[in-house]
Amino acid sequence: MTSKRTLFEKIWDAHVVSEPTGRSPLIYIDLHLVHEVTSPQAFDGLRAGGRPVRQPSRTVATVDHNIPTEPRGTPILDPIAAKQIQALQKNCKEFGIRFFDMDSPEQGIVHVIGPELGFTQPGLTIVCGDSHTSTHGAFGSLAFGIGTSEVEHVLATQCLAQRKPKTMNIVVNGRLPEGVTAKDLALGVIGQIGTDGATGFVIEYSGEVVRGLSMEGRMTLCNMSIEAGARAAMVAPDQTTFAYVKSRRFAPQGEAWDKAITYWRTLVSDPGAHFDKILTIDAATLAPFVTWGTNPGMVVQITGRVPDLNGGDRKATEQALQYMGLQPGTPIENISIDRVFIGSCTNSRLEDLRAAARVAKGYHVNPKVRAMVVPGSQAIKHAAEQEGLHRVFQDAGFEWRESGCSMCLGMNPDILQPGERCASTSNRNFEGRQGRGGRTHLVSPMMAAAAAIAGHFTDIRNWKFQ
Amino acid sequence: MQPFRKHQGRAVPLDRVNVDTDQIIPKQFLKRIERTGFGEFLFYDWRRTPDGKPDRSFVLNHPRHKGASILIAGKNFGCGSSREHAVWALSDYGFRTVIAPSFADIFANNSTKNGFLDVTLTEDEVAELMRRSQQDGYQLTVDLEQRKVYDDRGFSASFQIDDFVRHCLLNGLDDIGLTLQHESDIAAYEARHPSPWSSNA
Repeated sequence: MTSKRTLFEKIWDAHVVSEPTGRSPLIYIDLHLVHEVTSPQAFDGLRAGGRPVRQPSRTVATVDHNIPTEPRGTPILDPIAAKQIQALQKNCKEFGIRFFDMDSPEQGIVHVIGPELGFTQPGLTIVCGDSHTSTHGAFGSLAFGIGTSEVEHVLATQCLAQRKPKTMNIVVNGRLPEGVTAKDLALGVIGQIGTDGATGFVIEYSGEVVRGLSMEGRMTLCNMSIEAGARAAMVAPDQTTFAYVKSRRFAPQGEAWDKAITYWRTLVSDPGAHFDKILTIDAATLAPFVTWGTNPGMVVQITGRVPDLNGGDRKATEQALQYMGLQPGTPIENISIDRVFIGSCTNSRLEDLRAAARVAKGYHVNPKVRAMVVPGSQAIKHAAEQEGLHRVFQDAGFEWRESGCSMCLGMNPDILQPGERCASTSNRNFEGRQGRGGRTHLVSPMMAAAAAIAGHFTDIRNWKFQ
Repeated sequence: MQPFRKHQGRAVPLDRVNVDTDQIIPKQFLKRIERTGFGEFLFYDWRRTPDGKPDRSFVLNHPRHKGASILIAGKNFGCGSSREHAVWALSDYGFRTVIAPSFADIFANNSTKNGFLDVTLTEDEVAELMRRSQQDGYQLTVDLEQRKVYDDRGFSASFQIDDFVRHCLLNGLDDIGLTLQHESDIAAYEARHPSPWSSNA
């Protein structure tokens, strides 16, 4: 190929297995991540069709959505959830798939442990029955969410028929202001382009701000991209990426590493390569954000107010404000909260916990608030404990829990009661997401910790660190 | 998979934009390990009041729309989570198709795996159908063969659809079988790109 190609096109071209006439191209899937919620029917389908898993070594499973965050060993109270977890245990055993079960020291949220273990690498195609699979694009891979039928398809064939998406370049220039994080950048983008602004596109993030993000920051950014409707999101790999991946358990070693690095260095968009859309953002315009409504695009800066009914879609705003129990014109900083959740595949990694702990240190959670910290994996939990972060949180009155998806979507017992208002570091504020009638506001980890202490949303840029 | 060729039925207007898959099928129902039985839980939090009784104010519960098999909705239908259970719930409830100005990608993909047709019309056409479907006894026809939506009261609109998706829906084709026809291509690719990981013991 002599024409200029984007990073996405390079990965796409390298994975085309065949281009049948009149059908979408068949793409090979390098890594298939599996969890308990979207897989049982897929394995049943394999069994019914008498098919094996084609590439067990490329399939990695864990339990994350349904499991409690009580101390490990506590029985699962919900018999249906227990049945679903048992189904995955049985299926992994039967089909010979590597499985990080609840009692494994490597267990965690699937999009946290993939990178931690070194499965997630530049240049790979990665899928999972979960929309936040976009997270792995932070490594310069093509990673996207699929439904259960496609899970079965990948298990059976290790391929997917995919229509080639369009490409969008989001360039972020300047410098992130103090107190403004990758989460705020993500919310800023979604606020600007809307929840369908990137539908049909793969986003590539570039620019000095993106280069300056740590791997965890890049993961937060790519993770949230599905909330703008993006098919996938990616950041070209660089020294930051290589340093993260090196020496991880399932990363290439020795000669294989040298070979891999040589190839990974080619995974950049060629200068002048064509993108179907380009969006430029000046980081100086960003601030800590808070969602006010019932989708991630309904968002405003901390210094802003709940919108009135005159701009935008009046009906949707009205419905959102009614559900959220908010009055137009209310300053965000005046909104009190009942619960705080620091966790999820968006923001539950070590840097997130360090940032939140830094805010919490020396303070105490407001007596009217119940605050919970759920580390993204067992490995993160132990690393955090090595640094004494759990003591900072517990001394400040936060609950320190076991790893899992937890309150992001409330499939386990960690849910909001109707009417409870939550400052959450997760990725979706849809109606009922965290529990029927629950009111979710998305924020960064620092903003969540500050809200827990203040009892209401507050501008982290004015925080007095102890 | 049941083929979709032409369907005539009653339509119900869901006049909301950005209907996300958490609304279509809330998370507590994702714990099931079967593919069936999700229809009961479709739009659960909108269809029922907190004490579990039918919410009479929700459009699906209106007697006029009982037995509706065509859902009309606002833009970006099916956004959010990748849960294919959303399609299963719609299908199990009795819907064969959704008509909207736009659909989220993953939902659209999942639809094609279940013989479920997503029809994209313009905002104006959708608005017109929302109006008409509130008339008693209104029947609508969705014709995949002709790529047309029409009624017997003068409405007619064409829709675009990927040729291959249409082909699979018309013939109820199984994706996995189709892919395995390319076994030699897959094997050739795998010979050039062996797995870097060992199989689990």
